[in-house]
Amino acid sequence: MHKFDEMYAQLPYIDSAVRPHYRNYLDWLKRQDPQTMRDRREEAEMIFRRVGITFAVYGDKDEDGSGTERLIPFDLIPRIIPAHEWKDMQKGLVQRVTALNRFIHDVYHDQEILKAGLIPSEQVLNNAQFRPEMMGVDVPNGVYSHISGVDIVRAPNAAGEGEYYVLEDNLRVPSGVSYMLEDRKMMMRLFPELFSQHRVAPVAHYPDLLLETLRASGPSTTDNPTVVVLTPGMYNSAYFEHAFLAQQMGVELVEGQDLFVKDNFLYMRTTRGPKRVDVIYRRVDDDFLDPKVFRATSTLGCAGLMDVYRAGHVSICNAVGTGIADDKSIYPYVPQMIEFYLGEKPILNNVPTFQCRKKDDLAYTLANLDKLVVKEVHGAGGYGMLVGPAATKAEIEEFRQVLIAKPDGYISQPTLSLSSSPTYVESGIAPRHIDLRPFVLSGKSVQMVPGGLTRVALKEGSLVVNSSQGGGTKDTWILEV
Amino acid sequence: MLSRTADHLFWMSRYTERAENTARLLDVNYQTSLLPQSAEVAQMGWQGLLSISELLPSYQARHGDITPQRVMEFMVKDENNPSSIISCLRAARENARAVRGSLTTEVWETQNQTWLELNRMLKGGEFERDPGQFFEWVKFRSHLSRGVTVGTMLMDEALHFMRLGTFLERADNTARLVDVKFHAVAHDFFGQNQSQSSGAGQVQVKDQDHDFYHWSAILRSVSGFEIYRKVYRDVIQPERVAELLILRADMPRSLHACLNEVVNNIAMVSDDHAIDSYRRAGKLRAEMEFGRIEEILANGLHAYLTQFLDRVNEIGASISREFLVPN
Repeated sequence: MHKFDEMYAQLPYIDSAVRPHYRNYLDWLKRQDPQTMRDRREEAEMIFRRVGITFAVYGDKDEDGSGTERLIPFDLIPRIIPAHEWKDMQKGLVQRVTALNRFIHDVYHDQEILKAGLIPSEQVLNNAQFRPEMMGVDVPNGVYSHISGVDIVRAPNAAGEGEYYVLEDNLRVPSGVSYMLEDRKMMMRLFPELFSQHRVAPVAHYPDLLLETLRASGPSTTDNPTVVVLTPGMYNSAYFEHAFLAQQMGVELVEGQDLFVKDNFLYMRTTRGPKRVDVIYRRVDDDFLDPKVFRATSTLGCAGLMDVYRAGHVSICNAVGTGIADDKSIYPYVPQMIEFYLGEKPILNNVPTFQCRKKDDLAYTLANLDKLVVKEVHGAGGYGMLVGPAATKAEIEEFRQVLIAKPDGYISQPTLSLSSSPTYVESGIAPRHIDLRPFVLSGKSVQMVPGGLTRVALKEGSLVVNSSQGGGTKDTWILEV
Repeated sequence: MLSRTADHLFWMSRYTERAENTARLLDVNYQTSLLPQSAEVAQMGWQGLLSISELLPSYQARHGDITPQRVMEFMVKDENNPSSIISCLRAARENARAVRGSLTTEVWETQNQTWLELNRMLKGGEFERDPGQFFEWVKFRSHLSRGVTVGTMLMDEALHFMRLGTFLERADNTARLVDVKFHAVAHDFFGQNQSQSSGAGQVQVKDQDHDFYHWSAILRSVSGFEIYRKVYRDVIQPERVAELLILRADMPRSLHACLNEVVNNIAMVSDDHAIDSYRRAGKLRAEMEFGRIEEILANGLHAYLTQFLDRVNEIGASISREFLVPN
């Protein structure tokens, strides 16, 4: 299979094959003394540690006494996307997220798409991610997914040309945007001269756009909404990001214990008494939001919140019930949604997907386990999946039993040959697979900062970029060439 | 601001201050132990240190006999001792992490750096190599933490709750320090009836030279030696040491100075002057302002300080109830 690299047109690396938008950077890189680059890597690590840009790995213990806090490895070589490619991708993202929001609204109102028979009703209505509590609830601007983290990869198409594919739409509580911002800050600190030599589109205004989006999503009860960020607390793996975003937006970072409901409004406990809350940017899953409606044992949310929400007295971002649209069993239908709601041809590609709930697809999947990627439909974070080509025989056989026992719970996709990018590893610079997560904001309009978070699988040959599975990050440049 | 946020800020400062005062106390004992003295006197010094921190039983349960090295290790790096320096700095950093968004980058990075550095130093054996240097480091991290707070934080509630924590803790710690050090010398000197209130830990010391070193050590532990000379321009006398550390409003670690800050900062976070915390703190402050050292000593210093600690504790409880997250 043809392998794509972002910097070089071919593998192994030959300098004459560098792609045009990387030419300047490569010239610069060749002038750098390896020792200087090593020093810079150490400096970056030291700064990240001092700043405390860490994430928690569940169930792991760090040796240096800082509990379970880990650094996400940061790679010095940026991932560069030429501006014209980004322009198309951006159009595709606006289109896709708009259609997904229309779909969620439809599912919780008239269900036209089900009536039209485009998606089997039982696949939506019997889905664990479908929230009957949301039926008939109107949300401001008709927007459900205010913050969408769409995972995109570049891989060869049937003709062998590089093309962008959407791997998954993260519409619940997508994370990682703080790394996008911190990675850029770090690059500018370590290599200021690079930014004077390149026209890199800035990203630092993301918190501003986010605040604008959240305020635009406030309930009709107020013109000047009070926004808060709701976190599960400092032991959550993404706590740094929650605190970071709250600080950058200048809003309170609250936990469930800080909130209470009175007379069908939501309040937070402050040193000067109760203060009303109008918009919650929640970084807590649906299940934990309200013990009276969802998981009864949850202390992460606030009892009675859903009543306030349904009364239209508070906005929850993202809305409750968005999981119905980013579930992997619904993913195959997104291109049809775009045509159904917008009457447009999809700009971004989906990866061909086999639904194991279908007899033929299951048979095909079982016969080709060693070639396919099999994913749990409700899974996330790189857990509960099989990467056929990288798995041992025993792992494949084990997965086969799981799949036969519960075919509805899985989809499979051909193993995409994700593009790679030159990355610092022990032995020097080598290609490692990457993906891209742009963060799409939907309020009164759909907007985003140029680029997103590039994640890199640091293990040789690995296709799994999740930070919980040993992935790292890179700065992402949208470059005018 | 969120009550929980205020609570974390308050405790972050308290733990930082506590770590500093523990380092001060250990340092003065350590320095004293370098002077020629009887084994018994040295032993009493370490035991007194444990008893003012109310840690004697838990120390004895774990280590038995009192040896300088074991006491220092217990008070510096024993993670099972909630008052050890490592436990205090961990708690300070955990509280800071819980509200890092309410702190300036500099304040947070100072806390985080202190924690990372502490672990590196303890692992590298730097404490054992030079305890004096280590205690100095703890003190300076606390200075830095306070300085970066005052120098970078917006002067709003967040800052006031942090300051409140600092000075309430310091009032408590200074009172304990004075108590144990005065306790350790001729107990009939102050007050007539307090000898039975002591446990073990009292030694009759008549030696003039030793007295000088004892009192100057107390002063040094609160950075007060030069201040004493400047204020009194005289030889060191115990009554004056007591007066300086209790009643002088211009001595930054005295009980009076701490109470001034406590009262002022409560006033900054509430317009309601009828609240319990303000009333209690104001009353105690007034007693410091109009009190005389002779009166205090006539009734017995130990009794006075015991009552003072109870009242500081009550002020803390009122602040929790009225502003923070009551447990």
